[in-house]
Amino acid sequence: MIRTITLFLALALAVPSIANAQLKVVTTTEDLGSLARDLGGDKVAVTALAKGYQDPHFVDPKPSFILAVSRADLLIVVGREMEIGWLPPLLTSSRNAKIQPGSKGYLDASATVKILEIPTGQITRAMGDVHPLGNPHYWLEPGNGRRMAQAIKDKLAELSPNDKAYFEQRYADFDQRLAAGEKRWDAAMAPYKGTKIVTYHRSWPNFMERFGLNVMGYVEPKPGIPPSPTHTIELIDEMKRQGAKLIVVEPYFDLKTPQAISNQIGGKVLVLAPSVGGSKEAADYIKLFDYDIAQLATALKQVTGK
Amino acid sequence: MGMFRVRHGLVVAVLLVFGSAPAFAQAQPDARALQDQIDQLKKEFGERIAALEAKLAAAQTPMPPPTPDVVPATPPATAIGSQAPLGNAKVFNPDMSVIANFIGVAGKNDHSDQPSLGLSEVEAAFQAIVDPYARADFFLAASPEGLEVEEGFITFNTLPAGLLLKAGKMRAEFGKVNRMHTHILPWADRPLVTQNLVGGEEGISMPGVSVSRLIQNPALFLEATGEAYYGFGDVFASREDEKSKLTYVGRLRGYRDITEGTNIDIGGSYAFGPSAQDVDALPPSVNSNTELFGFDATFRYRPLRRAIYKRFQARTELVWSRPRSTGFVGERAFGYYGSGEYQFARRWFAGARYDQSAQALDPSLVDKGGSFFLTYWPSEFNQIRGQYRRTNYGDGVKANEFLFQMNFSIGAHGAHVF
Repeated sequence: MIRTITLFLALALAVPSIANAQLKVVTTTEDLGSLARDLGGDKVAVTALAKGYQDPHFVDPKPSFILAVSRADLLIVVGREMEIGWLPPLLTSSRNAKIQPGSKGYLDASATVKILEIPTGQITRAMGDVHPLGNPHYWLEPGNGRRMAQAIKDKLAELSPNDKAYFEQRYADFDQRLAAGEKRWDAAMAPYKGTKIVTYHRSWPNFMERFGLNVMGYVEPKPGIPPSPTHTIELIDEMKRQGAKLIVVEPYFDLKTPQAISNQIGGKVLVLAPSVGGSKEAADYIKLFDYDIAQLATALKQVTGK
Repeated sequence: MGMFRVRHGLVVAVLLVFGSAPAFAQAQPDARALQDQIDQLKKEFGERIAALEAKLAAAQTPMPPPTPDVVPATPPATAIGSQAPLGNAKVFNPDMSVIANFIGVAGKNDHSDQPSLGLSEVEAAFQAIVDPYARADFFLAASPEGLEVEEGFITFNTLPAGLLLKAGKMRAEFGKVNRMHTHILPWADRPLVTQNLVGGEEGISMPGVSVSRLIQNPALFLEATGEAYYGFGDVFASREDEKSKLTYVGRLRGYRDITEGTNIDIGGSYAFGPSAQDVDALPPSVNSNTELFGFDATFRYRPLRRAIYKRFQARTELVWSRPRSTGFVGERAFGYYGSGEYQFARRWFAGARYDQSAQALDPSLVDKGGSFFLTYWPSEFNQIRGQYRRTNYGDGVKANEFLFQMNFSIGAHGAHVF
């Protein structure tokens, strides 16, 4: 019996050393995971923690995540306090010095991107669940995607210098595909520049700014606060006044209130993927935009008649 | 700027003194060449000093406020990140929060002296990373009994061999409820088994050292913890005359995802240390010990797409307690609870709990009870709970109570361990 237990423990402890030479990359979201896979190719093994169809603010710091983080050579985070509610206990419990903040294996993908909605002046929770460091949904903009990819490519090259040329080549390929995508997406959205829409949560400022849509209101009265009857009535009146017909909703929010608003204004509710994996079609970072833009263009055509 | 001019002058003087000395022995054309070199050097130094002065002047000019929404076409590595309001010493302040637990009780309970209305606890938390090797967490609890350090410990999370070391005053890793602070309990009270066998509100909480390790294996998350404590509580109390006599706690926790939205969490705990209370069966001169065994199991369901609207959690903890000393094993007291909680809307939770526990000093007396509770969350920083509790104590006393609880917090409070 003792021999069996000893053998089991020896095998258990030996597992990490059996692993191959791939860099073990853990990302907090599937968007970062997609970029890491795109740039790292077969030199990396990527695990993304939060799924694309779950609210990235509310993720359980499950022990299975601790295991993944404990084995990581590189941890890539969205930052801007997006993961404040669940990442710190994972970092502490991981016992992994390589990926602690400030270490070589920790990358905050927000460091080089364009951040919107950085609050100024006094910030209180009366404003809802505001992010003091700016809106963390910055990945929904191809320019930021390029900057994130650059940062990931540089970090991979830093951790695996022998593969630098490989990562550079993959980045060049990604950049080319992204640039081609941008042309497609800009062309598809060109007829709808300036169209007023409503979104459920403030998930889309970078996306809407990039593609020229005007977000005139939100289903949530304040970030993170569920819709109230008073706010909903005010929003309906304002949408009627301004002629907004489209409500964009993330897949993890209830459709009841958006549907009620839509019925009142004769508009349309559209569920978009806010992240890779948010729908089956949004399988990687470029397909995320392909999917969202196609859905959005179709819906805008219906509500604007253009 | 004055410094640069002085240096400029010195350089020229040094060049003139040392550079011109050999010139006396040389022909006139050499002197001219030397003069040309000096002029060239003067010119170069002049240009460099002018550039430095320009930089200094620019640095002294007040900078315009950052424009958050503007980004350079090809941003340098840190240019955009520095737009965040991080540029002052406050970033080194710990996360600070204050959480209040306000409780009201209505009904009759002859075994309880809980006031009708009371701010039973105010917890002040200070949490931060200490240095590249450790973090620290302090929780001060103010209650009608006074102010005390509920927990205050350092955690070394970058040790070799996958070890996690904690030192300070801590709630021991015994079961689930013992580790939980009041504001994260799903109930307005603690279960009977905790009250009778595991130290009540205080729980097993003493100064000590804790070492835990992940046992890496492909099948499940497995964590082993060993702890040693010296201190005084309701269950264990060290002897001042025997300082080497510590309380030891061990725990093995296993966890596995069943699907992406369901998981199972199972733990076994053991604690052994000097008893806080004398055992009648032993002569007063014999120091008695207490031995606790615990088993806990938690099942969670939280569909990821609907995570903010729906979740279910079922949990049970079983505890066996018995006094022990050399050549003596006392009667075992057993208790447990089973609890379920269901979130049925974004802000609403409902649940029930069944309690049963023998009393530690007289296991023949078994207390039984049950509760129904309903919780409303105006936000994640504020929760309001109502709980109906019925208790049949082992001595025949019956209690029917309604508890009303408000938990509210301000500030930044660190995320809790799952």
